[in-house]
Amino acid sequence: MSRPELQAPPEIYYGDTEAEKYTNNTRIQQIQADMTYRALELLNPPQDEPAFLLDIGCGSGLSGEILDEAGYIWAGVDIAPSMLEVALEREVEGDLFLQDIGQGFGFRPGSFDGAISISVLQWLLNAETSHPTSSPPHRLTRFFTTLHSALRNPSRAILQFYPTSDDQVQLITSIAQRAGFGGGVVVDYPNSKKARKVFLCLFVGEGGGGGAQVPRGLLEGDEAVGAPESEDARAKFERRRQRESRRERNGKQKAVKGGKDWILRKKDLYRRRGKDDVPHDSKYTGRKRRAIF
Amino acid sequence: MVRLITHNLLACHAKGCTTNNFPLKLTDVKLALREADFNPDFLRGFLPRVEWDALIQASREIGDTSLPVERPEMLDDDLLRQLHHVLLEIHIDEGSMTCPNCGHVYPISNGIPNMLLAEHEIW
Ligand SMILES: C[S@@+](CC[C@H](N)C(=O)[O-])C[C@H]1O[C@@H](n2cnc3c(N)ncnc32)[C@H](O)[C@@H]1O
Ligand SMILES: [Zn+2]
Repeated sequence: MSRPELQAPPEIYYGDTEAEKYTNNTRIQQIQADMTYRALELLNPPQDEPAFLLDIGCGSGLSGEILDEAGYIWAGVDIAPSMLEVALEREVEGDLFLQDIGQGFGFRPGSFDGAISISVLQWLLNAETSHPTSSPPHRLTRFFTTLHSALRNPSRAILQFYPTSDDQVQLITSIAQRAGFGGGVVVDYPNSKKARKVFLCLFVGEGGGGGAQVPRGLLEGDEAVGAPESEDARAKFERRRQRESRRERNGKQKAVKGGKDWILRKKDLYRRRGKDDVPHDSKYTGRKRRAIF
Repeated sequence: MVRLITHNLLACHAKGCTTNNFPLKLTDVKLALREADFNPDFLRGFLPRVEWDALIQASREIGDTSLPVERPEMLDDDLLRQLHHVLLEIHIDEGSMTCPNCGHVYPISNGIPNMLLAEHEIW
């Protein structure tokens, strides 16, 4: 099956049936939750007072539930009525709007302390009609320009999306820059086909917490972001990673001993040295073996 | 669900509509009340962003007269609780929001404002 964004316009693709199916799929719930926690980590909003956030393409509120839990006040926009309806049924706390982000926002300047968007931006890369206002660059320009103005200075917007090519990443970042954003792209687990995730980290002004430096992507062996127990724990995440990345720049990066990456690297090394009895790599490589009695 | 907290941030975004496009006028509203956790720190941080006159106008349009017409200089506990109620606990379930400049009507149904523009209204 081709990617959803190539099959139908979003408000059609996410109709009643798909909206239910999407929201109730536990694997999807898990993936979207993990990416939301990671986006919040990258967002790193000020901790002194609860932030007011915008969830762009909020869908059925899978991220919204996490924002609620974490104590944020938020508003969400989405183009698919069926997704918003499911969000209502799930009783998320945020205010919801039926909106096409490619038409731009009407929020007053400086409305939000930050914005997140999970798995949405790829939808803006396909033209829906031949009308000139609906070309992807047009829609992206309206989106980024009005988003930039809707955010406070300083603040951040973290947008996870699924690009199909580097050209797409290039197009999106250049339009975001022209709209006034600083920042860049963070790629988590760049070497893993499955776990690889692309986050656009956009800064308004100095970018708020953590300064205007683009955080580094996660690598295999890094601790994944789970549900942090407290606000405080969450705030410490980025600081801890900054420390780690400093350490890594000084020493050479090490894969976790015994992990799959470590084993693959060792095997590769042995092969390059001419060892010919190195076991072949399989999906079982590095898995824990159960003891058999 | 839409509340006055986001209504207060919302201007008309139709093509060419850049002045006198705020606040959107609320009419024919049906309201629902839902309790929310009282969060004075959030309110204090958010208040500087509020356009007070627009909030007063909108709250009167939906039939609430609890807030003072003049922007208060001091925030005592009573006022914070009133603000909490008006901004975060009153939900607009049905109604419409009309742009004072171009007249575009953004309908609210089932708690969700429809912000979609027609092709000729997109810039
Ligand atoms: C994969 S879902 C992600 C939903 C939610 N962010 C989550 O993580 O569960 C993609 C969402 O993007 C929304 N979307 C696609 N194009 C959009 C547009 N132009 N404006 C607003 N929302 C859009 C879809 O309606 C859909 O709800
Ligand atoms: Zn207007």
